[in-house]
Amino acid sequence: MSTVDTIAAVATAPGRGGVGIVRVSGPLTQKIAQALTGRELTPRRAVFCGFRDSDGVALDQGIAIRFEGPHSFTGEDVLELQGHGGPMVLDMLLERVLSLGARRAGPGEFTQCAFVNGKIDLAQAEAVLDLVNSATRQAARGALRSLAGEFSKRVHAIAQQLLEMRVFCESAIDFPDEEIDFLSESDVGDRLDAARKHLSALRADARQGALLQDGLNVVIAGAPNVGKSSLLNRLSGEDRAIVTNVPGTTRDTLNADFDLDGMPVRVVDTAGLRDTTDAVEAEGVNRARRAMATADVVLWVVDDRDASSGKMAGESARSCTAPDATASIIASNKADLSGRPTGRLAPGVVRICALTGGGIDALAAEIEHAAGYRAGEGIFTARARHLDALAAADEALAAARESLAGNQGELVAEDLREAHDHLGAIVGRVSADDLLGEIFASFCIGK
Amino acid sequence: MRLHSETYDVIVVGGGHAGTEAALAAARTGATTLLLTQSIETLGQMSCNPAIGGIGKSHLVKEIDAMGGAMALATDAAGIQFRTLNASKGAAVRATRAQADRTLYRNAIRRVLEAQENLAIFQQSVVDIEIRKGRVEGVLTAMGLAFSAPTVVLTTGTFLGGRIHIGLENHAGGRAGDPASNALAERLRALPFAVDRLKTGTPPRIAGDTVDFTRMQPQWGDEPCPAMSFISDGREHPRQVACHIAATNAQTHRIIRSGLDRSPMYAGKIEGVGPRYCPSIEDKVVRFADRTAHQIFVEPEGLDTNELYPNGISTSLPFEVQFALVRSIEGFEQAWITRPGYAIEYDFFDPRGLEPSLETKAVSGLYFAGQINGTTGYEEAAAQGLLAGLNAARKVAGSDPWTPQRHEAYIGVLVDDLVTLGTNEPYRMFSSRAEYRLRLRQDNADLRLTPVARELGLVDGERWRKFEAKRDAIRSATAALKATSLVPGSRLGVRLEARCGEAVAKDTNLFDYLKRPAVTAADLRAVEAVDADIPLVALEQAQVQAKYDGYIKRQDREIAKVKAQEGVALPRELEYENIEGLSNELKEKLSLAKPPTLARASRIPGITPAALSLLLIHAKRLVAQRGKSSGGGGIVPAGEEPAPVGERAARRTA
Repeated sequence: MSTVDTIAAVATAPGRGGVGIVRVSGPLTQKIAQALTGRELTPRRAVFCGFRDSDGVALDQGIAIRFEGPHSFTGEDVLELQGHGGPMVLDMLLERVLSLGARRAGPGEFTQCAFVNGKIDLAQAEAVLDLVNSATRQAARGALRSLAGEFSKRVHAIAQQLLEMRVFCESAIDFPDEEIDFLSESDVGDRLDAARKHLSALRADARQGALLQDGLNVVIAGAPNVGKSSLLNRLSGEDRAIVTNVPGTTRDTLNADFDLDGMPVRVVDTAGLRDTTDAVEAEGVNRARRAMATADVVLWVVDDRDASSGKMAGESARSCTAPDATASIIASNKADLSGRPTGRLAPGVVRICALTGGGIDALAAEIEHAAGYRAGEGIFTARARHLDALAAADEALAAARESLAGNQGELVAEDLREAHDHLGAIVGRVSADDLLGEIFASFCIGK
Repeated sequence: MRLHSETYDVIVVGGGHAGTEAALAAARTGATTLLLTQSIETLGQMSCNPAIGGIGKSHLVKEIDAMGGAMALATDAAGIQFRTLNASKGAAVRATRAQADRTLYRNAIRRVLEAQENLAIFQQSVVDIEIRKGRVEGVLTAMGLAFSAPTVVLTTGTFLGGRIHIGLENHAGGRAGDPASNALAERLRALPFAVDRLKTGTPPRIAGDTVDFTRMQPQWGDEPCPAMSFISDGREHPRQVACHIAATNAQTHRIIRSGLDRSPMYAGKIEGVGPRYCPSIEDKVVRFADRTAHQIFVEPEGLDTNELYPNGISTSLPFEVQFALVRSIEGFEQAWITRPGYAIEYDFFDPRGLEPSLETKAVSGLYFAGQINGTTGYEEAAAQGLLAGLNAARKVAGSDPWTPQRHEAYIGVLVDDLVTLGTNEPYRMFSSRAEYRLRLRQDNADLRLTPVARELGLVDGERWRKFEAKRDAIRSATAALKATSLVPGSRLGVRLEARCGEAVAKDTNLFDYLKRPAVTAADLRAVEAVDADIPLVALEQAQVQAKYDGYIKRQDREIAKVKAQEGVALPRELEYENIEGLSNELKEKLSLAKPPTLARASRIPGITPAALSLLLIHAKRLVAQRGKSSGGGGIVPAGEEPAPVGERAARRTA
């Protein structure tokens, strides 16, 4: 499967670890190693060296190890670059590897590769399936979030512009007797330029993170007056939410962003879930449920003094947060009032005191764990793949402009198809038959 | 009754474009072949418009030709007007279209059939197919004759359950003037195939001596006259004539609207789905109501007849409406209709029930080709016929089936689309269906396919020698261009700059210089940049290769990826319903299509990379569990495990 492509990804958890690893697998591995380290790497020997950018300037220093297939984790040629763990350095290192011809790995792709090449035996197949399944669902949810909003609207708008151009271009090729002359139409260049302008603007905005919400989406939920807003304030380190002892104080969702060990986290406080006749509060409850549907992690807060805390509350939390891939954590709050010690009680269950901060470290660790964030894949790479697709589409459109200048209609068509396919990787591909349908709907064609 | 009967390797049922190419291909490989037709007189009959070729279609014709088929040579012998379409565009999208004299075409095909060794022709309609234990054993004809063969190719066109509509009247028929094959249709409907209905139509034919051509625009063929076959040189062509262009008008459209209540389509009498790209004139008037005129290409039916085919006004309106609408057209005021237009509905079988070899999954040794698979067009039919006939013969010889891939031939695109995606309208080839069309050109169809056809036993010595000469000339032309360096300021550089207006800025060679849009092979010849003994046609081929070089290299990577997926077989017993993580829609599509390889699965609409990962892992696990050797295995041999395609049969008609 991956014998054609060379894939690469950060193999360690995102965050500020001491050491970060970029893993590369596939046929270009040796070439990439050579370009990056400036030397021939002897297989299976760790070498301390500089990792250099395209100008030969060191990006980082670290250890490089090359494995020759089939004697490697994936069964293909593999390169491991162990550098400093900062997210920015690792990103730059990965980008450099990608610029040398590798492609960003899909969720679970290294493991999948290993399985396909017989490096993992049958007994482990189930585990691989689980991994691909969960990583995919996580990535899908991340993609869903970015696709729900402005970003998706803008990608769709550009895809639509390309589709319109392709309808003209393909009609001119397939139906020359129908008097549709695409290239002589004066506004083709203008249309292309407009599409490129929109695409560049979108790329710029997306790079700045203005549109694509990355990072972990943590939603705090629970019955009224269990201390959800206090927890928001505690986690974010700010007084964002109004805290009173009146149940139902929070009527709308409220966001705060913070940084958890290098991982960007958006935490969302929601209205307490209860049946209410107050129209405003009812709307707040609805919003809370919607927020939970797009959550990566739901923090279900219960009152530690409540005898039925723990297990029972956990059950209700799970039934509330319908998407099965959403992780949930139970935070049993108000340990100061129950007088019991704070800390981790069981996997996914932590006793805390939002007021004093007791147990918050343990809770943070649980959040990291529940996000599956050691996998180093999922929601974070979904966004990066979108950016890759936009860049590739941009490149194809630039080629289309050049083909147009050379008056080469069939090459314009090919460039547009490629650009359209790249956007299709984000918003869904348009098949040849769909395109033909669009042509027949636009023009009266046929003898 | 077994009087005349013998045993054959391959029996082909039907003598249309699919049937004739099937019979010829099987016989060429050495298989003893029997062609059964309702009427020897109509072998090679063009039952719709009298033209061969067009965009995407001439690509198929040239591929058939490159593999030794008859269609291109017959077109050259029968063509009375030839045009190169898209002549002003690049080589990849250029195509050839010929008007053909129906009689000359039929005669040419019949001559080839009669001269073919190993081929017997017999006139009898087939009423039954003998099948035992999931294998075909032969056929039974109307007068009770039995013929046996381990393989049967069915090419029944629109004859299966055919029903002709004119206005609100309708009757059974396979083509105006010919009976439908209803006994065979009933027999096939009892077999486990998913059957559905399609519709197509023809315009009324007109007597040429009642038409005023001076009021239409003449359209002559191209000079020099192109040829369809790689081994023709244009001298085969008969006398050339002109087509004419006429148009409908507001009055025509009023007449059509007034008759819509008696249109079988609009009155709901026809349930078959017609093609989007070939609408009837009533469809065009309704769907594009703002258009005040539609073009009509007035095509001659032949040299020895004055009958005309007014291409563009296919209709199933009642005859009196047809009469009025024809006479409302400028130049047609006195026109006499010789044959009314009609719509025809017919059975087709869901082509997803076929292997890429065109063998049915349900019955071993039974092959389908042509309109029975939901396609339309002579060229599409002939391409499938060639493939089915070839593969039937290979099966008898114990060889693996052969089907070209999507990047190798339009035939590959056609078959892959059909068996992977099926169709819900008559399927026609378009160049936009071929994602690798820059390499699938009509000019290189022989370079792509003649060598493999030679290996398959389809190409004779004469064609092969001509091919070798052409191939070698192109090779030496390309090599010479690459070997000739071009230096800024050199004498050659200066002359080329002056001629083409493209600067020679750095050291390069002629091949790379030829990549620039403004530079042509003719320019190189004009400034004597290469040896005079390299023929211009070879230089032009090198030019096409140079222009597309970058694109083709990029596509090579895409193709390599598909090839890797092609090597991953998906076992037929894979239970898609039980694969966690697939959407319900995908589970359904995959269960129906049962794609034999991961590459085929990747072309099912709605599939995602994640879904492909899941399929890959499940397939590997299943193979490992069965304890068989892992790794790719290509296509699972057909016919061993009949798939219950018919359980899903969407029987929309009784």
